[in-house]
Amino acid sequence: MLAEFLQFLFSGVTVGAAYALVALGFSIIYNASYVINFAQGEFVMLGGMATVALISAGLPMPIAVFLAVMITVGIGLLLEKLTIEPARDSSVVTMIIITIGASIFLRGLAQVVLDKEFHALPPFTGDEPIIILGASLLPQSIWVLVGMVVLVTIMVFFFGHTKLGKAMLASAHNPLAAQLVGINTKQILMLSFGLSAMLGAMGGVLIAPISATYYEVGIMLGLKGFCASILGGLGNFSGAILGGLIVGIAEAMGAGYISSEYKDAIAFVIILLVLFFMPSGLLGRPGTDRV
Amino acid sequence: MHRLNSPRTGGLMALVAVIAVLPLFFPNNFYFDVAILAGFNAIVCIGLNLLIGYAGQISLGHAGFLGLGAYSSAVLTTHLGWPPFLAMAVGAVATGLLAFLVARPILKLKGHYLAMATLGLGIIISIVMNQEEELTGGPDGMTVPPLTAFGYEIYGEQIWYWVVGVLLVFCVWLALNIIESPVGRSLKAVHGSEVAAEVSGVDTGHYKALVFVISAVFASLAGSLGAHYTGFVTPADVGFFKSIELVTMVVLGGMASTYGAVIGAAILTVLPQLLTQFEEYEHMIFGLILMLVMIFMPKGLVPSLIGKILNRPAAQQEDAAS
Repeated sequence: MLAEFLQFLFSGVTVGAAYALVALGFSIIYNASYVINFAQGEFVMLGGMATVALISAGLPMPIAVFLAVMITVGIGLLLEKLTIEPARDSSVVTMIIITIGASIFLRGLAQVVLDKEFHALPPFTGDEPIIILGASLLPQSIWVLVGMVVLVTIMVFFFGHTKLGKAMLASAHNPLAAQLVGINTKQILMLSFGLSAMLGAMGGVLIAPISATYYEVGIMLGLKGFCASILGGLGNFSGAILGGLIVGIAEAMGAGYISSEYKDAIAFVIILLVLFFMPSGLLGRPGTDRV
Repeated sequence: MHRLNSPRTGGLMALVAVIAVLPLFFPNNFYFDVAILAGFNAIVCIGLNLLIGYAGQISLGHAGFLGLGAYSSAVLTTHLGWPPFLAMAVGAVATGLLAFLVARPILKLKGHYLAMATLGLGIIISIVMNQEEELTGGPDGMTVPPLTAFGYEIYGEQIWYWVVGVLLVFCVWLALNIIESPVGRSLKAVHGSEVAAEVSGVDTGHYKALVFVISAVFASLAGSLGAHYTGFVTPADVGFFKSIELVTMVVLGGMASTYGAVIGAAILTVLPQLLTQFEEYEHMIFGLILMLVMIFMPKGLVPSLIGKILNRPAAQQEDAAS
């Protein structure tokens, strides 16, 4: 009983950590621009796929990971510069279609430049499971969790203690006021895409050894990450992490105890129920309309 | 009756003329096939445009309603042996009922939250169709018997073309009249400012729910007919990407323009056919075109082009976008 529960919990937290990173990426971009970047899942895919390609090109793993993350960050920056910036002030629907266009483009690109096969990265440190109270925990799961905690800590430090991070928060709260005190909000916008791309790519590298990566892996990851960020309250960083973990755990529990066939539906059922009863998500502040 | 006939009769006449003349240029049945599919998409988009373009509400889950129609027809005719039109009607009523039940809580949401809720609804519907294999055949899909009524069978591209053509004209006429009615004006008021609409006595919740149900029923009917026409339906045909495709058709053609929705549907049905020659580059080019059109013509083709013709006769700039 306990072993089974723990087993589901482990796998839930592992996947949840990946969702949390995606959700965090959604929130960072949303705060900087009020744009929902539907290509967020593609950053995760690019991180994993590029690492696989670079390793098979003969590079050692750490260098491959570093380069893959850098490539993804570069793509994130280009995406902002070439598509989001020229379309500023467009309607919500227009921006959604632009980022979906970008996600289709990036999937097509990965399919052409890389391939359409399933790949798995080797686990960072062996694949001998650790047995805890009868449940087995993969060492890679620990990597994912530690990775998430480290990334989140860096983010907390970045937003709380660096000038650039504070500038980002300032322009999220009030772009005009931020501009007036000398913050280059255009740069901030680009930076937010770079940062989200980095988080996504790292998430992709971390989970690639557990769940295989392929050119369409970003679709569901992106959508569930979006669920997670809405669940926690759009733009709320701790909400994004909480949302990610909740979605991951609920999914694993649901798959284990209720129905594994409907695993993918669980995140969306939760989000519908939450939105019906708490329209601003769990930690989001209820919005007020200006008339 | 004359009030119903009057609005934009010219546009309707032009549409009828295009539908009537188009087959003269079709060298083979493949062209008819693409035109029929464009017609089905256009019918869904006309309904969706009422919701997105006029009422200003997003739906990223309309393919779910399309799927409910398609699968109602498929399942009820195949498993229970119901006549197609009865199955279609039951599908439309059931879809309308579901839309009605979720409309109030969902449409209370705004912007990205509304996008998320509708997206979730659509995905849940497509997952159910994927998983209930005994009924739906699962991911492989299921065959749908041809459309029969009073002993006659509608089959073949050339007959379907005229059926869909007549239906399309009817739907455009219906939509134009809804837009010009008090309902349409209330929807526009909701789009402009919900609070202002409410203050002037418009029951915004009621009208939003109404247009949501109307657009869902449009989708359901088109889904049923489309399933009978192609004779086959799979969950992928009615999944998340179909929803996105539908929204893109509406926005590409031009929001709040019924003819724009028709043109958008036509373009986005034909475009992938043209792009297949680029083989593996197909998706990249498709994504690129989506981005470029939305960046350079954020209001969509029809309003942007009309604006260009009216305001800048010597349109020198932004040719890159076309």
